[in-house]
Amino acid sequence: MARLTIDDLKKVKEKTAKETSLRHGKASIKITVHMGTCGIAAGARDVMTELMNEMAEADRQDIRVVASGCMGMCSSEPNVTIEADGEEPIVYQLMDANKMRQVFKRHVLLGEVQTDFALAKM
Amino acid sequence: MSTISSLLPSQNHYLEGYKKNHRKRGAVKELSLHILDVAENGITAGADRVRVSVEEAGRKNRLRITIADNGRGIPADLVHHITDPFYTTRTTRRVGLGLSLLKAAAQHCNGEMRVESIEGKGTTIVAEFEYDHIDRAPLGDMSGTLISLIMGYPDVEFEYSHQVESRRFEMKTMDIKNMFDGRAVSDPDVFRKLRQILIDGFKRLKTNED
Repeated sequence: MARLTIDDLKKVKEKTAKETSLRHGKASIKITVHMGTCGIAAGARDVMTELMNEMAEADRQDIRVVASGCMGMCSSEPNVTIEADGEEPIVYQLMDANKMRQVFKRHVLLGEVQTDFALAKM
Repeated sequence: MSTISSLLPSQNHYLEGYKKNHRKRGAVKELSLHILDVAENGITAGADRVRVSVEEAGRKNRLRITIADNGRGIPADLVHHITDPFYTTRTTRRVGLGLSLLKAAAQHCNGEMRVESIEGKGTTIVAEFEYDHIDRAPLGDMSGTLISLIMGYPDVEFEYSHQVESRRFEMKTMDIKNMFDGRAVSDPDVFRKLRQILIDGFKRLKTNED
């Protein structure tokens, strides 16, 4: 087999970069963890780390996680918003690591909205 | 009495929420949570680079936390307002607690908090604590704070440096992104690598190999 040259490696790099950027271009589910002072004080960081551990396990490229600031509903923090393609965003309230795991496994991966934890449909 | 409370229709709402939340959750009990909060402020102010440094000098009885961002900065005439919880320019709610809480935490430990800000250049927050003060909150889950920041704000570059006596741990998200060039931080492989770097880094800080 011919030896790989630097140019070959660059091509591989470009190809993968293109593929991944395509994949990231059409994230089908966006998960927002609200992390203002209120969210953080109520435990949003634990929710976020649990979510990332679940993400690492699920190994899905089309799910995007972002943090955002306070949305003005401090009393129901930690809030998590799930926006699936073509569906209304769902805001979950009073989240913790366990609820996050359930919402991720059920709602994000299987599409079953967990109404027990939901605050509102937007 | 009744007129005042009728002017504040949301009071009950807040109180109910507080009672509900307070049963199982506390307030900002770890210094790493303050760091998460203050770094988030900088990002909200448009920063795309945030530098966090923690210096633990037990022998000098000093703990210093520095959070520097390149956000839009605070106009000079407003800097003195920044730790006033009832001053805020935002519109989602009427109080702002983040920096006031950090300042109070530092002052309770014979320390202080300084805000240096240049409009258009960025803001640097320095909080100092007496290391072995009985009221000093533990640093807590710093790794969780970094993961939340890095994964939550994938477009922001973070630099972290942590010194315990003479041992030092440094990481930059730029380096990790370069390792996986072209791939997003939310990629599971990138996240696993990041998690490993943090676990190893903090483990090394704890061991006494001076």
